Amino acid sequence: MNAPPANQKGVALTVRGLRKSFNGQEVLKGLDFDVRPGETFVIMGPSGSGKTVLLKHLIGLEEPDAGEILLEGQPIQSPEVLAKYRMAMVFQSGALLNSLTVGENVGLYLSEHRLKPPEEIARIVAQNLELVGLKGTEDKMPSDLSGGMKKRVAIARALVIEPQLILYDEPTSELDPLSAVVIGEEIVNLQERIHVTSLVVSHDRDLAFGVADRIAVINEGRILAIGKPEEVRNHKDPLIQQFLHANFNKEALKSGVHLKQ
Amino acid sequence: MVLFWRTLLAAPVAWRDRNKVFEQFFEIGNASLLMVCILSFFIGGVMALQTGPVLVERGLASAVGGVVGISICKELAPVMMSILIAGRIGSAMAAEIGSMRVYQEIDALRTMNINPIHYLVVPRITAISVALPLLVVFAILVGWLGGIFVCMANNRIEISFQGFVSGLQEVVQMKDVANGVFKSFVFAIIIGVVSCHQGLVTRGGPRGIGRSVTKAVVNSIVLIVIFDYVLTRILLT
Repeated sequence: MNAPPANQKGVALTVRGLRKSFNGQEVLKGLDFDVRPGETFVIMGPSGSGKTVLLKHLIGLEEPDAGEILLEGQPIQSPEVLAKYRMAMVFQSGALLNSLTVGENVGLYLSEHRLKPPEEIARIVAQNLELVGLKGTEDKMPSDLSGGMKKRVAIARALVIEPQLILYDEPTSELDPLSAVVIGEEIVNLQERIHVTSLVVSHDRDLAFGVADRIAVINEGRILAIGKPEEVRNHKDPLIQQFLHANFNKEALKSGVHLKQ
Repeated sequence: MVLFWRTLLAAPVAWRDRNKVFEQFFEIGNASLLMVCILSFFIGGVMALQTGPVLVERGLASAVGGVVGISICKELAPVMMSILIAGRIGSAMAAEIGSMRVYQEIDALRTMNINPIHYLVVPRITAISVALPLLVVFAILVGWLGGIFVCMANNRIEISFQGFVSGLQEVVQMKDVANGVFKSFVFAIIIGVVSCHQGLVTRGGPRGIGRSVTKAVVNSIVLIVIFDYVLTRILLT
């Protein structure tokens, strides 16, 4: 793999007519959107709307039935693109390798591809763990970490790749509000520091409006709206308004006024 | 077959990743050596107990060593040890890889451009295909010892150490031991490929992992028995 120049800016991502079905059920129904270089683009929508399936297509873990995904204008699945551009993904669960220590997890990309000598890898690992506020945790096992710490380790692992496109799958799910804020800050800091293109998939409204340059709202495999956070917030679509303003209301529940009504 | 072929093509990676191979090798050895000793000692003992009195009654005491020796090295040690390893190591391989699959660790490897076959499958199959034949050599020796012990201790057989060994030397040749070791090498590849494949195709949560483990062990044992017949047929000609 070719190493990109230091501080290389993020890459443009284009999705055209993306369709995917599982067992005859269409999950993605022709998605079209562009993510600009260096932008933080958030895709939000309710659970089961197709967000994670979309993300798996973007990272090449799923093959689309129709449509194309382009990175800097070239198909994302082509070996040239995979060799030329670096992508990383932060999984919802962190997806750390449980048999490896935190340090080994973070340095895995470098050690497996033999890109640096062990001492250099150890230095880079320490540096990236410090960046996510986990200095000195190299020798811990993933099972010793909290959910928030696992996600920060996953971010550190992604950073080691020096990605030009980083994908986050529900980065704040299962986290307490304070840890969620820390993760959100990491996403913003990262974008400012290395100008990476970030695509965040989340149903966390606070995170989405806090970190996004632009937001797309997806529901049942279709994009309902794309725009700057304010544009999405003021969008007239009732489904979007319902999603953005859904709150548990004990009084309304008692008086029989339910969310669906 | 596809996984076997892809593993074969990636075999040179095993040397590059020899640390991972050694790690797996020692894990297999550590997990199995004691069980191999116990199992093969008693298999040798049972063989002597079953055949010894019958042969002695018919005045064929000198044949006991040969019968026990050749059964152990050509059939019982390779097959029984392979079944033990399928249960002990194959299940662990399927469970480990299956849980990595379910908890997206394999997806994470792919996103880092790390081939899961190179990273997970090749070291395991390489390690088991070296470890199992070695364990079988060990099992053959311990099995013979079990046979000797029972022959000496049981008053219905009462064959001396020398008597057993000379009978064994008369019948068992080096090629018979090699025959058993070769069989175990083939069985090791079967266990490795079947177990890793079941791990890689795991779907669902903990239940899916359980299903993969069961399938890995059952399929391995069925294939071991079928291939045992096929190999025996080929090696006899």
